[in-house]
Amino acid sequence: MVRFEDISKVYPAYRGKPGVNALQGIDFAIPRGSITGVIGRSGAGKSSLVRLINGLEKPTTGRVIVDGRDISALAGHELRLAQRSIGMIFQHFNLLSSRTAAANIALPLEIAGWPKAEIRGRVAELLALVGIADKHDRYPSELSGGQKQRVGIARALATRPSVLLSDEATSALDPQTTRAILDLLANINRELGVTIVLITHEMSVVRQLAKEVVVLDSGRVVEKGHVADIFTHPKHPITQSFLAEVIGDSLPVSLASRLVQEPLASGHAVIRVQVRGAGAGNTLVARLARELGLDVSLLSARIDEIGGQHVGSLTLGIPGGESAATRALAFLSQHQISAERLGYVA
Amino acid sequence: MSPELINLIIQATGESLFMVSIAALLGTAFGLPIGVFLATSRKGELFAAPAVNAMLGIVVNATRSTPFIILVVAIIPFTRLVAGTSIGSTAAIVPLTIASTPFIARLVEAAIREVDAGLIETASSFGASPLQIVFKVLIPEALPGLLLALTLAVVSLLGYSAMVGAVGGGGLGDLGIRYGYQRFMPEMMLAVVVVLIALVQLVQSAGDYLARRVNRRLRHR
Repeated sequence: MVRFEDISKVYPAYRGKPGVNALQGIDFAIPRGSITGVIGRSGAGKSSLVRLINGLEKPTTGRVIVDGRDISALAGHELRLAQRSIGMIFQHFNLLSSRTAAANIALPLEIAGWPKAEIRGRVAELLALVGIADKHDRYPSELSGGQKQRVGIARALATRPSVLLSDEATSALDPQTTRAILDLLANINRELGVTIVLITHEMSVVRQLAKEVVVLDSGRVVEKGHVADIFTHPKHPITQSFLAEVIGDSLPVSLASRLVQEPLASGHAVIRVQVRGAGAGNTLVARLARELGLDVSLLSARIDEIGGQHVGSLTLGIPGGESAATRALAFLSQHQISAERLGYVA
Repeated sequence: MSPELINLIIQATGESLFMVSIAALLGTAFGLPIGVFLATSRKGELFAAPAVNAMLGIVVNATRSTPFIILVVAIIPFTRLVAGTSIGSTAAIVPLTIASTPFIARLVEAAIREVDAGLIETASSFGASPLQIVFKVLIPEALPGLLLALTLAVVSLLGYSAMVGAVGGGGLGDLGIRYGYQRFMPEMMLAVVVVLIALVQLVQSAGDYLARRVNRRLRHR
């Protein structure tokens, strides 16, 4: 388990640059065996936060407890011993170009002083675990991005850590490779029980992998909880903006350019419906048509599943002018479905 | 050219190679750790000691800015102390080493600084000690650059070694000055220059080849 206790991190002023409050009032726990996403814009303090966990950075105030030990109080040899139980993977993989895949994976074991014969066996095991057993003797320059990150993951897991930190590990990969790497991380979490903390600026990564999410903005935790709860009921504007990236609640350009605010007798009223929760959007259009007798047209829609809950937005066109639109809105609010009138199109 | 003269050239080549190789060896032995320290001891770095770094930097710069011929003469008492004599090829190794050490240190510093800082962070993240980082990460990753630096140092040493004739150091440069210039034997001058050119070509090609061999950053077959 990782617990942050009232953490602040201040980078002091240096050579004319003003000091920075990177983190303030951070106080939460990451449960053992969980996959926790830390999401925030660049400069939100994600990197500082994750580097507190493995002691690469020290908090200005507060404590960081990892597996019952205050890692922020350790130094020298003690700290280095503790760091062996915390693995880390990086956006740019950070493999040694002078070592083969196998030798890269062996590095943390050499540093920990493992005997050569044991290292050989462990490395073979790890290469198989990450699915690149055939790349044993390849140098990083001969590997693809996804393969490099697999080597990085194997290296991070070499000393059997209880925590795996991921620092934007998929941000340099294409969507397909990202998916494969995230699947691998999910498998590792399931099979080895390793706690995974992933920092990212991509909502899609959190959605696909994490069960818990912490939203960071300007060095503070603005929201945290189960992914499904946070993203079905986002409160903070930052969370809402991350969500918007996934559900894409911007109007199609052709529609937005024709939108007017004054009611038109002919044409359609444009209504946007927010979909949140299990099965919320499934029968909506059919019920509007059946119960109100409206020929509802679907102008744009995006529904996604986050943590088993439907999240998305539908843009509907309602014929019949202002009165029909008002009736539709009343019907939706009666069923606790949030909706808004965006305007009218001819 | 008479056999005596050819023998002189062979003997002088031997002296040059002796001086340059021993000085390069000693210069690397001293220059490598100094260079690694210079590359890792600024504020916030692995062996952070900004004051020592700054002082060492000044010493290195001072040594490098002293013209070699002045250095050779100025340290004669020290040379006598170390080598027992201030004349001959063995004595010449002392100023050659002292001149090449700061040169190699700066080249090593530049090569080590080329290593991605992310690799230092990575090694720290799995609990590597500063010395482990130097020997397992920095030096292996900088090896192609280090080999090229050493090649450059050897080539410069060949040039420096021509000047130690001034204190009876012997070698090719000395031969060229005494026979080619003072005795006005242009064919001797030419022979010395040709041998020096061949040596530099050889050293540079060998260095380039080795650096390419150990460079795994680019795919090669």
